Amino acid sequence: MVLALLYPLGYMVYGSFRDWDPSQSLSESTFVGLKNYITLWNDPNFHESTLVTLKFALSVVTVEMLIGVGLALLLDRKLRGMSVLRTLFILPMMIAPVVVGLIWRYMYHPTLGVFNRGIKGVGLEPVDWLGQHALLSVIIADIWQWTPFIFILSLAALQSLPRSALEAARIDGATGWQQIIHIKLPLMMPVLIVTCLLRLIDAFKVLEVILVMTEGGPGLSTEIMALRISRTATEFRELGVAAAMSNYLLIMLLILTVLMLVYNRYMEYRASRAMRVAQEN
Amino acid sequence: MPVIKLDDLSKSYGNVEVLHSINLEMQDAEFTVLVGPSGCGKSTTLRMVAGLESVTSGEIYIDGKPVSNLEPKERDLAMVFQDYALYPHMNVAKNMSFALRLEKRPKKEIQSKINEVAEILGLTEYLHRKPAELSGGQRQRVAMGRALTRDSSTFLFDEPLSNLDAKLRTQMRAELAMMRQRVRKNMIYVTHDQIEAMTLADRIVVMHGGYIQQQGTPEELFKNPKNKFVAGFLGTPPMNFINVDIVRQADDVYLHGSGFKLRCDHATAERLHNSRSQDVLMGVRPCDLNYNPEAATDSAIDIDVVISEYIGAQSVLIGDCGGQDVMVELKSDTPIALGERLRFSVNLNDLHFFNLDDDEAIG
Repeated sequence: MVLALLYPLGYMVYGSFRDWDPSQSLSESTFVGLKNYITLWNDPNFHESTLVTLKFALSVVTVEMLIGVGLALLLDRKLRGMSVLRTLFILPMMIAPVVVGLIWRYMYHPTLGVFNRGIKGVGLEPVDWLGQHALLSVIIADIWQWTPFIFILSLAALQSLPRSALEAARIDGATGWQQIIHIKLPLMMPVLIVTCLLRLIDAFKVLEVILVMTEGGPGLSTEIMALRISRTATEFRELGVAAAMSNYLLIMLLILTVLMLVYNRYMEYRASRAMRVAQEN
Repeated sequence: MPVIKLDDLSKSYGNVEVLHSINLEMQDAEFTVLVGPSGCGKSTTLRMVAGLESVTSGEIYIDGKPVSNLEPKERDLAMVFQDYALYPHMNVAKNMSFALRLEKRPKKEIQSKINEVAEILGLTEYLHRKPAELSGGQRQRVAMGRALTRDSSTFLFDEPLSNLDAKLRTQMRAELAMMRQRVRKNMIYVTHDQIEAMTLADRIVVMHGGYIQQQGTPEELFKNPKNKFVAGFLGTPPMNFINVDIVRQADDVYLHGSGFKLRCDHATAERLHNSRSQDVLMGVRPCDLNYNPEAATDSAIDIDVVISEYIGAQSVLIGDCGGQDVMVELKSDTPIALGERLRFSVNLNDLHFFNLDDDEAIG
C-alpha cells in the first residue's frame, strides 16, 4: 500500500532533479541537481502562471463561499418544493468537468453564444468573453460548477445546528439578521473553514474546464499551473521541469492540507479540554 | 404583572388537531404548572404562548392585548428550555447578557446585571467558561440566569429539570421554589413530573390528549379530582381503582367488591345517590388504607401481599384484593410476610367514586 502510494510521488521527485526528455527512460537522463527548480524560480512565465492560479483560486473560493453560504441561509426553511429546488442546485456539480467546459465555451461563443445573443438582443455591444475577459469567464464557469458544493455542506451544517439555541435567540429578541450573525455563522464556522480549505485545494488543481474553454489563452492569461505542467511535459518535452513545477504545486497544497489538519486537531483539543473541565466540576 | 389568557386556543398539524379549545386564565404573578403525560399538548401550549408555534385558532391575550401574531420578542417573556439551549460559542457571561446586548443597553448596566444574577445562582466563578465546560446542573443554572437577567414580566419553563439526574433534580427543584419566593412574576412551567407540579405550583393544570382535564390548586386537585385520569395522575404511589357494586339492603347501603363489603355512612350514601348505575369505580389512595388487624369486616378490605417494595421508613406493598391489584403504604417495621393476608381499614371520607362509562367523578 505504502509503496503504491509513494512510488509515483518518489518517481516525480526523483525526476525533478534530472534533465529528462520523454524519449529517454529516467535512468538515461542526466542529474542536474536543483537546476530545474532554479530555472523555474526565475522564469517569468512560471511566475505569471502562479499568479493566475492564485488569482483564480482565491477569487472563485471567495465568491463561491459568499454565494453558497448565502443560498444555504436563504433556503434553510420548510417551503413547498424546496427539496426539488435543492436538488436542482446541486446538478452542476454532477456534470463532468470536460462537459462543463464545452457547455460554457459555446455559451461564451462571440457570435453564437447565448450571452452575446442576449446582450445584442437588448441592444448592447457584444463582449469578447474568452478573449479580453478570459480569466473572468473561466472564474464564472467555475463558480457556477462549484458553488453547489459549498451550498450543500453549509446547508447540512445549518440543519445540524441546535434548534433550541435558535429559538432561545428568537425569545432573546434577535432578528433574522442578528440570528445569522450572532448564532448561525459562528456555529457553522468549523464546517465553513474546512469547506473553504477543501475548495481551495481543489481550485489550485483545476485543469479540464479551462483546458477545454481557453487552453490557457489568450497569451498566458488563463494558464493555471496544472495546465502549464501538462504543456511543459507534452509540448516542451521537459519532463524534469514539469516534475519540479508539480512539486512547487504540491508544496502549496501541502501547506493548505497541513493547515486543515492543524485546525481539526485544534478543535479536537478544545472539545476534549472542555469535557475534562466539565467533569472536574 | 400582566394577566395571560388563553381563549379557545387550538392547534392542528395538517389535519390532526393536537390541542382542543384550551381556555385558561393565569392570574397576576401566579406560578402555573401545566402537567400531563408525553404528547398531552402541554409543551405545544407553552410554545404557542412563547410565539415559537403558530396558533391555529383562538387567541392568546397578554394584559388584554391579542398577541398570537406577534414575534416572541414582542411578548416580553423569557424562557428556559429542556435542553438549556445555551449558545455553545459564548461564555456564561455572554450567554446571560445576549438579550441585553441586542437591546444595546449600556455596558455598565449589563455588567452589574450579570454580576447580580451570577451571585444569586452561584455562577460568579464560571462567568468565563463556555457551556461545554460546565456540568449539567451548572448549565441549567446558566439557562435560568439567562432568563433572570432580562426583566421580563413572564417566565416560561419547558421541562427545565428533566435532563438532570434524580438527586440534582430534587436540589434544583428546591432552588426553583426559593427563587420563586424572591421573583414575583408570572411563571408558566411545563412538566410531566407530578411531584414538581405539586411542590411548585400555585395552580396546576392537568392536561391529557390535548384537553385540559382539570385546573386548581394542588390541594384541590389532590382532594377532589374531577375524573379518573386526574385522580390517577396526581399522587405517588398512584390511586387504586377497584370495581364495586352499590347494594341497598333495608336502610343500609353497601359497597360490594370481590372479597369485601363496606357499609356506607349517611354522607357516603348521599354521594352515591348521584350515580347513574349500580356498578362504579371506587378510588382509594394507598396512604388512605390503614393497616388495622382489629378492624370490623364491614369497614375494611383484606389484601394478600404479593410484593413488598422497601423504600426506607415506608414500604409500598402490592397486593391482591379479589383479583385486582391494590397498592398500600405501610411502616417498614411492621412484621409481615409475603403471601400473608392483611386487613386495612377504610375511611369512607377518603374514598372517590367514578362512573364506569365516562370516568367522571360522582358526587
